Amino acid sequence: MKKFIAILIALMMGLHNSISFSADGSYHLDNAKINLDDEQSLQRGARNFINYCLNCHSANYMRYNRLADIGLSDDVIKENLLFTAEKTGELMDINMDSTEAKKWFGANPPNLTVTARSRGKDWIYSYLRTFYVDESRELGWNNLVYPNAAMPHVLWELQGVQNLEDSKLKLTKPGLLSAEEYDQFVLDTTNYMVFMSEPAKLVRHKIGYYVIGFLLILLILVINLKKEFWKDIK
Amino acid sequence: MQKNNGFMSWVDQRLPVSSFIKNHLTHYYAPKNFNFLYFFGALAIVLFVLQILTGIFLTMHYKPDALHAFASVEYIMRDVSFGWVIRYMHSTGASLFFVVIYMHMFRALIYGSYKQPRELLWIFGVLIFLLLMAEAFFGYLLPWGQMSYWGAQVIVNLFATVPFIGPDLAEWVRGDYLVSDATLNRFFAFHVIALPLALAGLIFLHLAALHSVGSNNPDGIEIKENKDKKTGIPLDGIPFHPYYTVKDLIGLTVFLIVFASIIFFMPEVGGYFLEHNNFVPADPLVTPAHIAPVWYFTPFYSILRAVPPILNSQFPGVAAMGAAVLILFLVPWLDKSNVKSIRYKGSLYKKWIIAFVISFLLLGYLGTVPSNVWGQMPNFIPLLGGLDWATFVARIFTVIYFAFFILMPWYSKKDKTKPVPKRVTYK
Repeated sequence: MKKFIAILIALMMGLHNSISFSADGSYHLDNAKINLDDEQSLQRGARNFINYCLNCHSANYMRYNRLADIGLSDDVIKENLLFTAEKTGELMDINMDSTEAKKWFGANPPNLTVTARSRGKDWIYSYLRTFYVDESRELGWNNLVYPNAAMPHVLWELQGVQNLEDSKLKLTKPGLLSAEEYDQFVLDTTNYMVFMSEPAKLVRHKIGYYVIGFLLILLILVINLKKEFWKDIK
Repeated sequence: MQKNNGFMSWVDQRLPVSSFIKNHLTHYYAPKNFNFLYFFGALAIVLFVLQILTGIFLTMHYKPDALHAFASVEYIMRDVSFGWVIRYMHSTGASLFFVVIYMHMFRALIYGSYKQPRELLWIFGVLIFLLLMAEAFFGYLLPWGQMSYWGAQVIVNLFATVPFIGPDLAEWVRGDYLVSDATLNRFFAFHVIALPLALAGLIFLHLAALHSVGSNNPDGIEIKENKDKKTGIPLDGIPFHPYYTVKDLIGLTVFLIVFASIIFFMPEVGGYFLEHNNFVPADPLVTPAHIAPVWYFTPFYSILRAVPPILNSQFPGVAAMGAAVLILFLVPWLDKSNVKSIRYKGSLYKKWIIAFVISFLLLGYLGTVPSNVWGQMPNFIPLLGGLDWATFVARIFTVIYFAFFILMPWYSKKDKTKPVPKRVTYK
């Protein structure tokens, strides 16, 4: 029995590690060291997301008032973050028409609510940091992680302008933020998107420890119960 | 059960509750030498009940509509109180159901639990396995993600390979020219009503057959052949309740620890239980680069891919995949050994079962990856040059998979078995 459990656990660990997101090219994704316990990072990420992403990208499986989970009160949301809705109970939707958007960009900007679960945190973190100027593209931008992405570099004012030289990115025009500040900006946004993709993640682990703790105590009891009953079986 | 209890005797005169409890629990004698492999039958029942219960709650909030299905699952994950626990219980439960069922089948295989007089018991079991695969397949479409959609597309297209009637058959199954709202609705109907009902019926028959012949055990000895002359109770038998009810509690608790660990700490299991691509809403216009079924179908999917098309028809692959499951029905008659349990079988059988388990696991792994994962064979190899290595390996192990069954009459007869003792070994 013990052996079996050990094998099962080993197997699951193996499975856990064996599938990783692969970049759509040769770009090796950077590790996004996010921290879901860092409430301030999540709040900054929510601000970034709502200001920069939530104009073209919808996130309409998520409600504004769910931001209470990361410490934002209804009033704070109403005053600072409610651009596309009237009430905090509404979904994070946008006003852009999807057929028009397809005409403008060539592709409909995808809903970002659960993107962190399909692409993974490292992908988002790397993607938002690897835009470079490419005159051959219609909107003048290209990306290393997602080559020929339809999306222009909406954060270029913050990051500055990067050029691709000898397949390496070089900052040719500085932006409003330093390189470190920009990385932190993207990290916060990624952190928020991971939270948004599964708000339950904030409580899941905590509940899990209680449940498993309870089951371990139960296990001791049932093992002894079995021993008590079985002691006369020979 | 006391007969003088006023209420119980009133009930018993109208419905044989007490005698049922007596016949099937307190005076139902099971062999005393069960090992941990015997937990999996009870766990399968627990999982069946759990899937039904969590399914009921999911149905309260889920919308079987191509426009709303994906959003309604996210609604459950966010806006329904503890909806995420229910949903993860259901998705984890589906995968663990197959872990449990595969262990249960493996147990039956190595201890010869399909042999006379348990052939019907085995057949009901294989039927349950078949329906469970259908149930899982229908359920997988419901979240309406990319993998739901394209997985269903691939599987339904298998019907299109049937000679002559294929394309019409596939269209009839889909209810449309492509997987669409009509398909989603009928799959929902099958998933929540038709198959659970049929499963419940078959599980009842499986248990009825079990209780009429009694359980086999790791020694493969019929305990009913050694009864106490005075009482008529099998000497190696113990009442199912309380002995096995308390023992199964240990198995159940350990199982729940594994179950909870997945639900609370790794519900996606690295993309095996919940595939990454299924968090992208279904899009009929965008085919994913790599379509892989969920892990529990991958051994059979590998067999499908391994068989080369004949006369431009993929049907041989589909037929082989079907045969890989259906061949299980014949096992009671393929095994010509004079002993039941692996404990008393010879080395020949042991080698074959090891080869079978390895091929099942390896085929399972290969089904999760693209067939070019190991690259191609060099061109100088005659006939095989340019063939994917993984396809080549899958073909070899497909042959071993089938050889295990087809050659069973020969090797099980030739195998040098050991003498079986009269009484079960305990401790």
